[in-house]
Amino acid sequence: MQLTVNGHQYEVHGEVGTTLAEALREELSLTGTKIACGEGHCGACTVLVDDEPVLSCITLVHAVDGARVTTIEGLRDHPMIDAFVRSDALQCGFCTPGQIVSAVALVESEPAPTTEQIRHAMAGNLCRCGAYPKIEEAIRTWQG
Amino acid sequence: MARLIRTEKEVEGRYEEVWLVVEEDSLDQWPAGPREIVGRDAVRVDGRERATGQAVYTADLAKPGMLHTAVLRSPHPRARVARIDLAPALAMPGVHAAIGPGDIEQLTSDCSFQGEAIAAVCADSLAHARTALRAIVCEFEVLEPLLDPDEAVRQGSLLGEARERSRGDYERGLAEADVVVEAEFRTQVVLHNSMETHQAVVEWMADGVEVHISTQYIWGIRDAVAQGLALPPDKVRIVCHYMGGGFGSKNSPDDYTFIAAELAKRTNRPVKCALTRREENTAAGNRNATIQRLTVGARSDGTLTALGGEFVNAVGWDGWSSGTEGPMQMLYACPNVKTTTYGAKLNLPPMKAFRAPGFVEGTFGLEALLDELATKLDLDPLELRRRNHTEATPEGNEYSGKNLLECYRRAEPHWERRHEVRARSTETVKRGVGMASQIWYGGGGPPSYAWIRVGSDGRATVVTAMQDSGTGTKTAMAQIAAEELGIPLEHVTVTLGDSDRGPYAAISAGSSTTPSMGPAVRAAAADARGQIEDIAEQRGLKGAPVHEVVDVLEDSQILGKGARGPNPTGMQVLTFGVQVAEVAVDIETGEVWVERIAAVHDVGRVINPLGASSQIEGGIIQGIGHTLSEERLHDPATGRLLTTTLDAYKLPTIADVPEIVSELIDEPDTHLTNLGSKGLGEPPIIPTAAAIANAIRDATGADVRRLPISREEMLRALREAETRQKEKVGAPAGV
Repeated sequence: MQLTVNGHQYEVHGEVGTTLAEALREELSLTGTKIACGEGHCGACTVLVDDEPVLSCITLVHAVDGARVTTIEGLRDHPMIDAFVRSDALQCGFCTPGQIVSAVALVESEPAPTTEQIRHAMAGNLCRCGAYPKIEEAIRTWQG
Repeated sequence: MARLIRTEKEVEGRYEEVWLVVEEDSLDQWPAGPREIVGRDAVRVDGRERATGQAVYTADLAKPGMLHTAVLRSPHPRARVARIDLAPALAMPGVHAAIGPGDIEQLTSDCSFQGEAIAAVCADSLAHARTALRAIVCEFEVLEPLLDPDEAVRQGSLLGEARERSRGDYERGLAEADVVVEAEFRTQVVLHNSMETHQAVVEWMADGVEVHISTQYIWGIRDAVAQGLALPPDKVRIVCHYMGGGFGSKNSPDDYTFIAAELAKRTNRPVKCALTRREENTAAGNRNATIQRLTVGARSDGTLTALGGEFVNAVGWDGWSSGTEGPMQMLYACPNVKTTTYGAKLNLPPMKAFRAPGFVEGTFGLEALLDELATKLDLDPLELRRRNHTEATPEGNEYSGKNLLECYRRAEPHWERRHEVRARSTETVKRGVGMASQIWYGGGGPPSYAWIRVGSDGRATVVTAMQDSGTGTKTAMAQIAAEELGIPLEHVTVTLGDSDRGPYAAISAGSSTTPSMGPAVRAAAADARGQIEDIAEQRGLKGAPVHEVVDVLEDSQILGKGARGPNPTGMQVLTFGVQVAEVAVDIETGEVWVERIAAVHDVGRVINPLGASSQIEGGIIQGIGHTLSEERLHDPATGRLLTTTLDAYKLPTIADVPEIVSELIDEPDTHLTNLGSKGLGEPPIIPTAAAIANAIRDATGADVRRLPISREEMLRALREAETRQKEKVGAPAGV
């Protein structure tokens, strides 16, 4: 099956039952996408599928055949990265790629989100270190 | 000169006497206040690597030929494996090896808690390993578990001896009291739930073993693995460049490392053993539950005359009985204090250190009790604490530095908001403000070492085999080196995370990384700076910038080394603080919202105010989870765990975060090392629960005594307060 990941075309041969997260991490070595719970509860594995945020750990790779996938590796030049670093919006950093992908999805549709919109869009991305206040700040100030 | 000393070493409030080689700390502390780089905001030096996903965590490591592991864990709190057959698993596709009870000591047929490891399978993929695991035939004889902490104490099922601590004459102190308040507090089991689960990748090399592991203590893992595998420590290499959170749970190698080591040995392949999230919620450690039966006696002016407590730590099957009585023993000047602490050994998963173990729980009990006393005495809670402040330790020793009164002073504007906050109450939503004090360790200690090299380009690399568990210590170390050398922060690289590449470094636990490592890094940088000054003198460039002095060196390098000096003798090194919480309580539904928390902490010199504010916010947010939503539940009849997913176990989300205002005293502790800095990892989580509980009392008059403050607990406390109020109103005058 075919996947377009960060603008590059890949032929993926996942066994039946392989998740998108496993395919990205193991077949394509794109380990920026993290798996923290593996059952869709924490948001660490968030990627964009056709520009929509998706939990890649509970998305079967065969369900996104032909889709356009954007992972954190495809967002390296996005100003949201700098915003997170500048605001100190990460501590251990394990949830951060997922946070940034969710944040990018939010600002792509709503460039100047309100606090309410940020909290609503980001409530599915857990951060055990509790970087939340600065994640909010990063998203509020992402345009520099 | 190197000097051999016998000294007390403290980690997480536990002391041990050790022999140490220390080097004299001859550097004077920098003057108080922000410097060029130290004391000013710095973004994380590894922020981009982490944010872009380039940082390789243990979870991301894929060695060629690496096998994956699934572990069979006991589903029962207490059971004997009557029969086990690994053969069907070995016959499954992709399986390379399987091990069971008797193969290594970490696998057992005598299961004493749910999650105890019984057998393990490794295969070419995780999916194959998990499928094969289900093929193992395992029959259990289920036994009656011991689950009740009080019952365990009655039966003498204890971890260690009961701990009796006393000063003065408690009974006399009670007799002298005008008012006595007694209350029982209970705290729940809380799970660390680091985002990266516990895991290791083990590979046997031609000469020794290489272990990549998500850990807070590279050197402790090295020793434990060496001992467990009967290898000389030098043949064990421990690597952890990035780790995804630990909070106290990742100080030891645990079963998964030894399972991976054995399977790697048998297959001659690198083997990864990673806990699943459900295993993480079961077998990766926890903050144990406590029962605290507390008494306070005071004169009518608020002077404490007696403090007493019976503390039961529901430790679980293994672990240690943490210092839940610590705050009661240490926080106030009270002359008569008597505590007894039991560690109940139960058929429940073992505890592990969790961000200020014991003190988070004990501060909730003590500081809520103090506010109950303040209510009875009709005294301002902040004033009550001031009246019982102590300038020397209750045992009569000096503190190396203490600015708690200054913390109280700076908390006043937040405390004064209570009138305005209360006034915003409605018929059904009551608002109030509460405060609580914080005391904890955090002085760090020797040994810890750092090396530094400065090249002819004037750039420096700090080398030390420490770890950054996500707290930002790598950044703080770069700031210290840059400050001492007088070079820009971006010209310093810190290399860490590998026991083969650098000297011994302290554990990242007990709020000790910065106070342990920082002075060693500064000493190393000062050593290099001294050499650079010698060269400057010879080149006639005295006072010139480093890069000008060294620019003729070509391939020559300036090498510096530094060691952490001893802590001051005869003094207690502690951290202090206060938090003020504002809450809203819906008295119809029992729902509680935290609306604002102000934190003022005293941790000596602050290296990076930006990173420090993040630590404080993170601690408070974990504290809010501990107070309001998090609870690992078990079935009281069977002991089976009920909350093993992040769906069932309720971590705070971004939507639960109140306004957080933080302030640090930022006064160097003049007696502590060449930096005067203490640790900040743990202090911010300590007073949060009590401050919230006290705010709830201020808002509603209800005494919450149980964490988490669920709606049930809130409604119970409201009903109790209502009944008390009725009785008071109904009582005859003069009674």
